[in-house]
Amino acid sequence: MGRIRISLPALAASSLVLVTTALAFVFFVAPSDANQGFSQRIFYFHVSIAITAYACFAGAAWKALRHLWKRDPRADLESYVFVHQGLIFGTLVLLTGSIWAKISWGHWWLWSEDQLVLFLVLYLFYCAYFMLRFSVDPGPQRANLSAVYALFGVVLIPVSFAAIRLAKQLIHPVVFTLHGPNFGGWILVTYCIAQVAMPVLAYTLYRLELSAKRLDVRLRDLREAFA
Amino acid sequence: MGYARDVGALARKDLLLELRARDTLPAMLLFVASVFVVFHFALPGTPSRLETSGLLWVAILFTALLGLGRAFVPEREQRTLDGLVLAPCDRSAIWLAKSLATLAFLVAAEVVALPLYALFFHSIGGATVAAVLLADLGICAVGTFLGAMAVATRARDLILPLLFLPLAMPIVVGAVGASVVEAPGRYLGFLALYDLLFAVVCWASFEYVVSE
Repeated sequence: MGRIRISLPALAASSLVLVTTALAFVFFVAPSDANQGFSQRIFYFHVSIAITAYACFAGAAWKALRHLWKRDPRADLESYVFVHQGLIFGTLVLLTGSIWAKISWGHWWLWSEDQLVLFLVLYLFYCAYFMLRFSVDPGPQRANLSAVYALFGVVLIPVSFAAIRLAKQLIHPVVFTLHGPNFGGWILVTYCIAQVAMPVLAYTLYRLELSAKRLDVRLRDLREAFA
Repeated sequence: MGYARDVGALARKDLLLELRARDTLPAMLLFVASVFVVFHFALPGTPSRLETSGLLWVAILFTALLGLGRAFVPEREQRTLDGLVLAPCDRSAIWLAKSLATLAFLVAAEVVALPLYALFFHSIGGATVAAVLLADLGICAVGTFLGAMAVATRARDLILPLLFLPLAMPIVVGAVGASVVEAPGRYLGFLALYDLLFAVVCWASFEYVVSE
């Protein structure tokens, strides 16, 4: 395919460095928030993980498109692994978001938080992706169905976002958004480090899982060939 | 035009089958009536107009799911889908015809359900009826598409609600909003946009769902 192939050990090493740096910055370097104090720091991870999860779902849709359009034989497995990683990071979004909601507003769940509700809908959608995928026997039809469903997910994201905004106007006419503290200085630096660390971690896990699954497929083929 | 003729022929087949078998539509009607009775007992006290509007949409959504689950059953049992895919027509015609037939059943069920709702709970206005029609389009388009996907799986009826409900969430928001709010224009517009967007996506990608 002509693209630069970053080796898995190099990725893993850079993930380790970046995530450790991010943790160090979040806990020791960034200043405490004026209103919420120390516990506000989960915000750094929550937002970067959310963006990473969206990127994973977008990657899944891209690979799905490659499968349907270009008939790339590797794209189906890549799309599936991206959805898997997206779901893992999505779970983290829901957990960190829930913790943040508890810190900010005292409740573990808030229907007024757009990000959380949107992620819940997407989470349910991609969980159904897994149910769909494991309900069909492996083969070209499973690949087609998974690819089409992954593409639907990406179409759903903006539509759901608009729907949730509309729903809020129905229930809460006043929109209250806590969009984080003033972004400057060390806060910005810490956030940028976290934002770089999370996608690198996600990509490392993606490559790791992909190589493991490809090995599985090869092993199965060899076993069948020798049987 | 060839495409319109194909769609017409397939839709006519589905409507004829239902007319002879008479199983899906009566089931949907009975389901809606029973669900309304359950709602009455599920909501203690006298529910406000706001609360029952939401319940109307829950009833419509699950009635539609009932009908959609049955949509591709004849194709699956008689292996008709293989024949349809081999036929020299655009595969998306299969989806369009099935959606139109399901739409006919859903509208027929609602012709009974809406007056029943007005009788049991609160009267409904023009905005609600418009929302019902727009929502039906979206439900049938997306539901038929997902029904075709579900039929290819082992889980079949079990998996259709799981696939359908996250995608139906915007429909519920738009429909309930239009039923409840003073100026329903924005919500109706949103429903129309949803219908257009997903109809195009379904129409374009149905080919990949039925072929290998």
